[in-house]
Amino acid sequence: MIFSLLQRIGQMLFVMFGISLLVFLIFFATPGADPAARIAGRNASPEVLEAVRKSFGFDQPMYVQYLTMMKKIFITGDLTSFVNRGWKVVPAVMDTIPVTLSLVFGAAILWVVFALIIGIVAAATRGSWIDKILMMLGLIGISMPVYWLGEVMNLLTQSRYHDTWLFSWVPPLGYKNFSDDPKGWFLTLVIPWITLSILYIGLYGRVLRAAIVESLQEDYIRTARAKGLSETRILLRHALRTSLVAFVTLFGLDFGALVGGSALLTEVVFGLQGVGKLTYDALLNLDLPIIMTTVLYASFFVVMANAVVDILYMMLDPRVRTA
Amino acid sequence: MLKVRKLSVTFRTEQGMVQAVDHVSFDVGEGELLGVVGESGSGKTVSLLAVMGLITDPNAVITGSIQYRGRELVGMKPRDMRALRGKEIAMIFQDPMTALTPVYTIGWQIAEQVLAHEKISKAAAWQRAIDLLAEVNIPNPQEAVHRYPHQLSGGMRQRVVIAMALSCNPALLVADEPTTALDVTVQAQILDLLHKLRRNHGSAIVFITHDMGVMAEIADRMLVMYAGRVVERGTKEELFLQPLHPYTRALLDSIPPLTGEKPKRLRAIPGTPPNLLNRPLGCAFAPRCIERFEKCSAEPALGDGKNAAACFRVSA
Repeated sequence: MIFSLLQRIGQMLFVMFGISLLVFLIFFATPGADPAARIAGRNASPEVLEAVRKSFGFDQPMYVQYLTMMKKIFITGDLTSFVNRGWKVVPAVMDTIPVTLSLVFGAAILWVVFALIIGIVAAATRGSWIDKILMMLGLIGISMPVYWLGEVMNLLTQSRYHDTWLFSWVPPLGYKNFSDDPKGWFLTLVIPWITLSILYIGLYGRVLRAAIVESLQEDYIRTARAKGLSETRILLRHALRTSLVAFVTLFGLDFGALVGGSALLTEVVFGLQGVGKLTYDALLNLDLPIIMTTVLYASFFVVMANAVVDILYMMLDPRVRTA
Repeated sequence: MLKVRKLSVTFRTEQGMVQAVDHVSFDVGEGELLGVVGESGSGKTVSLLAVMGLITDPNAVITGSIQYRGRELVGMKPRDMRALRGKEIAMIFQDPMTALTPVYTIGWQIAEQVLAHEKISKAAAWQRAIDLLAEVNIPNPQEAVHRYPHQLSGGMRQRVVIAMALSCNPALLVADEPTTALDVTVQAQILDLLHKLRRNHGSAIVFITHDMGVMAEIADRMLVMYAGRVVERGTKEELFLQPLHPYTRALLDSIPPLTGEKPKRLRAIPGTPPNLLNRPLGCAFAPRCIERFEKCSAEPALGDGKNAAACFRVSA
């Protein structure tokens, strides 16, 4: 168990190294393009171009360039954006990470809890009207695009019904630091959390119900019945427990992608300066250093989330441990 | 102790009603081993799943009477049935590879059953699991309780399933082809084990199989089932030495003899069992029977005697 755990972490580091190399090559070694010109931005003066060349070591061999870049991102953290005139990239990205993490973590808690409830209740009452209504609600949740739902939420809570008793607690859009104002942090995020999680609640609830219903067909469920266990125990301890693998797989992928910037639409709608929003703005300005840093950050998160999922697998399924 | 009378199980399907078990009656005495033989689809498993209350298909209709020590099981409240199941009536399944939940240790799974039925501490239940594993000849039981099903071979898993079935000292054990999925050498070990356990625990056993050889080894009395009905009933000796029903004779003929000249080809029974969706009128075996005559277009009844066969050749 410990050995396979260490092995998994080693693999993760290796993949991260590969990704950094690949990202570097895509941005700096694409034939026919001058990376210095791209970093300097449109209409840059020759002096700026020269400064970029020097600062990134473009007159030196490729591996030195790679090491310089990695040093700038991970060690000294002094990667500068020339498009945004001397903006330090690493602190800028670091500032956005807590916003995105707050958004995604909160939404993830909501969606896991509610998806578990919906999946279990629907599987327990399979075929009844409760099951049908829950699955229909899930489908509606999946069908609503997050930008539309977000705007509707804003319309309701910020303007139309803001002054009624129901939504008067909702603060204006924006993000408040948890350390400065925990209550404000929580209140500003409640509506974004709900908005982001609804899609996933529907999706995960449906997936979990299908997985439970499938494992209820297994032979070991008949054995559990023959043992004289209660239906609740059979459902929770035997059917649900063996269904969690599908749930966790999906969760790892979605969580990693969201933290890596896929929460962009939610961030834009609710005016949250997160990683997705930062990448989006950088793309509009063609700000190469920022794009590169956020791409690296995003891929690292996906890789880490996958490693966590694999470790969870080991805990959930003994067959994976020895393999 | 078990009295089954006119038990019928019918499944509603899109094509119509399928009568999987048709007015089956039999008794099991205390400590007795009743063997049930028949081809696949003859209703032997379904009728015993009905005894266990394990037919969960909402499209199944169960009629008739199943009395266990004077208590009626058909239509019993699920809660009462649950208390009986696993404690007084236990079951061993056909395929040990899939019969255990993959994510729990075998000790946990045995202890779970004990804890569901008896008010004892977890430690005591765990100790019971170790003792049971020792009883079914699993080497090194202290270690084995911590193993997961996938770490054991098929034979070992079947021992675990048997240990689990025995965990609450059931009075009646239903074994549904417990040796079919195993190697021949392992089959022999499992049969020996069942013999030994039967002596030690005194449980009555209903043993389902399609293997006449296995029957010859362990059964006291036998039922032969065909197309959802009991076609012959009798003690093992009678059934093997003087089979009454042509179907039983055909089954016995399909076994290669141990002594004497071996036939070039084994005698198979021609044809296939009838489709239960539209069962032919009269004796269900008649289309495949070499001894059929005019009377067979009517339905033969099974006599009341100790040895009886549902065949006009016998009663006529």
